[in-house]
Amino acid sequence: MLGRYRRLARAGVLGLNKRNGDYILRFNPRRLYPLVDDKLKTKHLALKAGIAVPELYGVMETQHEIRRLPEIVRDHAAFALKPAHGSAGDGIVVIAGRSGSRYRTVGGTLLDEDALSHHLSNAINGQFSLGGVPDVVIVEYMVRFSPLFERISFQGVPDIRVIVFRGFPIMAMVRLPTRDSHGKANLHQGAVGAGIDIATGVSLDGVVGTEVVTHHPDTTHVISGLQVPDWDVILDIAARCYELTGLGYIGVDIVLDRDLGPLVLELNARPGLAIQIANRQGLLRRLQLCEARADFSAAPQARVAFAKQWFQHPVGPMIEADEVAAAVA
Amino acid sequence: MNNRHIHVLSAILVAVSLALFTYKAHVLGLPLQPKQETQVWNIEAAIKFEPGPAAVKATLRIPGLTPGYAILDESFVSRGFGLTTRSAPAGREAQWTLREAKGSQVLYYRALVYRDASRIAEDTTPAFPEQPLMDDASRAAMEALIAEVRRQSADVASFTTGLLRHINMAERDPYVGVFLRRTSTPVERAHLATVILAGAQIPARLAHGVLLRSETGQVRVESLLEVHDGVQWLYFNPQSLEQGLPRDFLIWWRGDDPIADIDGGTLLDVTLAAQQNLLDSMLIAERRAERLGSHSIDFSLFSLPIATQAVYGVLLMVPIGALVIMLLRNFIGIKTFGTFMPVLVALAFRETRLLWGIVLFAVIVSLGLLIRFYLERLRLLLVPRLTCVLTVVVLLMAGISVLSQKLDIQPGLSIALFPMVIISMTIERMSIVWEERGASEAIQEGIGSLIVAAISYVVMEIAWLKHLMFVFPELLLLVVAATLFAGRYTGYRLLELRRFRALLPQGG
Repeated sequence: MLGRYRRLARAGVLGLNKRNGDYILRFNPRRLYPLVDDKLKTKHLALKAGIAVPELYGVMETQHEIRRLPEIVRDHAAFALKPAHGSAGDGIVVIAGRSGSRYRTVGGTLLDEDALSHHLSNAINGQFSLGGVPDVVIVEYMVRFSPLFERISFQGVPDIRVIVFRGFPIMAMVRLPTRDSHGKANLHQGAVGAGIDIATGVSLDGVVGTEVVTHHPDTTHVISGLQVPDWDVILDIAARCYELTGLGYIGVDIVLDRDLGPLVLELNARPGLAIQIANRQGLLRRLQLCEARADFSAAPQARVAFAKQWFQHPVGPMIEADEVAAAVA
Repeated sequence: MNNRHIHVLSAILVAVSLALFTYKAHVLGLPLQPKQETQVWNIEAAIKFEPGPAAVKATLRIPGLTPGYAILDESFVSRGFGLTTRSAPAGREAQWTLREAKGSQVLYYRALVYRDASRIAEDTTPAFPEQPLMDDASRAAMEALIAEVRRQSADVASFTTGLLRHINMAERDPYVGVFLRRTSTPVERAHLATVILAGAQIPARLAHGVLLRSETGQVRVESLLEVHDGVQWLYFNPQSLEQGLPRDFLIWWRGDDPIADIDGGTLLDVTLAAQQNLLDSMLIAERRAERLGSHSIDFSLFSLPIATQAVYGVLLMVPIGALVIMLLRNFIGIKTFGTFMPVLVALAFRETRLLWGIVLFAVIVSLGLLIRFYLERLRLLLVPRLTCVLTVVVLLMAGISVLSQKLDIQPGLSIALFPMVIISMTIERMSIVWEERGASEAIQEGIGSLIVAAISYVVMEIAWLKHLMFVFPELLLLVVAATLFAGRYTGYRLLELRRFRALLPQGG
């Protein structure tokens, strides 16, 4: 057991305690959390910075305003409903179209007006928010995902998660929905996570849970070797999200829209650690490399260039801790 | 915050906590074990005497300076007599006085004594004794004896044993024969030793006492020779020549006087008795703190009303339960519903006992979940739905209690102490996780919570820990120090070793 502990440490795997204690507590000041915990705020910030996001159709803030939904979506057959404070994709409903008076979700379920407004009222009451505080529901553009991922995802929208450390894209993965995840791109619900080589944007093998898979479990297509389009744009967006909030350790969720290109869905101030399994490599190695070598005053383009230079898969061995300490001092 | 700050802070906390703990445990003698009992002895002296026609004055020497023992309590039984106690050269004395008495009288002195290693002979260093008065022949014999013994000895202790050896061989010893007859009693011989030691300028006296053994009943007075070597009192058994104060020897009085004497009457009999007993160690520690003038007992939890004490008995264990949960979450990596929900469930287990607690918890949560899923179909708003689940939970609990009463199952009645609000929230959280992340995760987290609750219950129920926390609440500072350390633990959690196994380097 102790041997395994040491081997994990040598592999530079980041544990939850270390993520919380050494990265989130150090680089994510509490006062900045609302900027990412509220998807509406994040959206406004991104728009101001010129970062593309799904178009906002409307917001429902009170029980009463749920009735305005048909009015908000009058011109949009498809749309997504998201609790602004929802975490881990909880409470998101994506409507792909209507049949008669009923709404059809991307999963193919038909919801009548009643069922949908019940869900929305739960969301507004805070069922999906952290700590159960009252919430608002965002109505926004439904992403039409690019056909590229069609063969390796089951329904739903695959998205790309980039971990950004003080402005530097550190590690990335693509999350592919499966039948088990009910079309959601959430790893702990059974979606496939596949690492992406930061330098090239080419996908690696995937994982389900903690198991490595080479093929998508539903579509049985090979996961690795897929070139993510607009990779440089994605890295650029991810890097610029640092200036958006000032949070030093975030996960940036980006989707590739068929027509609009990469769109930022949300930012996460406590990004999960499963990305390490998807990349078959520890985060700590890259974080320390970054702390020791990077110029933290660099512009986004320079930061992307640094990331592409140093984080080509697989990244070399751990650098010595004292070198990191010297660089930090 | 840097780590040094935390290390210094927790070192201070640990030091303060352990210092207080050591003081209370060793100096005050607070018991380290629950329900610990200390041996005590009830000692009793009964003086029987025939009063004369005039006023009577009865004097009894009572224990005062008792190395190795302390007096917990004492009482005097004497109907109609006036009583005074005072210090005397031989220790303490009790004096009973009565103007006129009829018929034979019995006076009692009773005391409760316990072993107390911290008691030592606390009297001051005595002055050099005066030369004994005696005729020339005796003086010559004494000086010869002193010279002879001194030649064979190195210090006060060896001088004393040498002298005692001579005295014990009185019949064959030319010098000692002058002072003793063949029939001299041991006390007379010991008395002679004090006289000759005085001649040698060594302070000495007789110490009379009783041996406190486990058997009960009358005890015989035995005498020791106490000799001062300039630093401390040394004890010698005048017959066996053994040096040192026997552990079970209680010194009752000192000097050449008898234990009791009567003015204006005839002393008939003095009997001493001892009875061994067991007494709660806490009581003795309290008395001891009182004697040492320590206020730590006055300001301890024992000064609270009993009902409040009972509350704190439980409350002080809550941090221990929380500590267990902290370990399970941050070091093992078990997921639970709510951070400290398991502590509250564990507290509820106190009433139901573990097995029943788990059964009842599982039954209520499962039934609650069923209700919750049904309510989901009615599309209630969040807060009314929570209220409804809470109400149903209370009804379920009442139902189970009534049912178990009918079926004559006791534990069902204690269910009422389950924290129902917490259970309602658990049901709500669980049903959301169930819907959003699937049944397996919900059940996993539910079982995780239950396991954590069970473990913290088991730890919180350790009687020894409960006792320690209540008697030494300062030990909670150790918990604080532990949490400070844990707060900076950035290593892997145990379950992460499994979770990230795909990342283990191959081979090495």
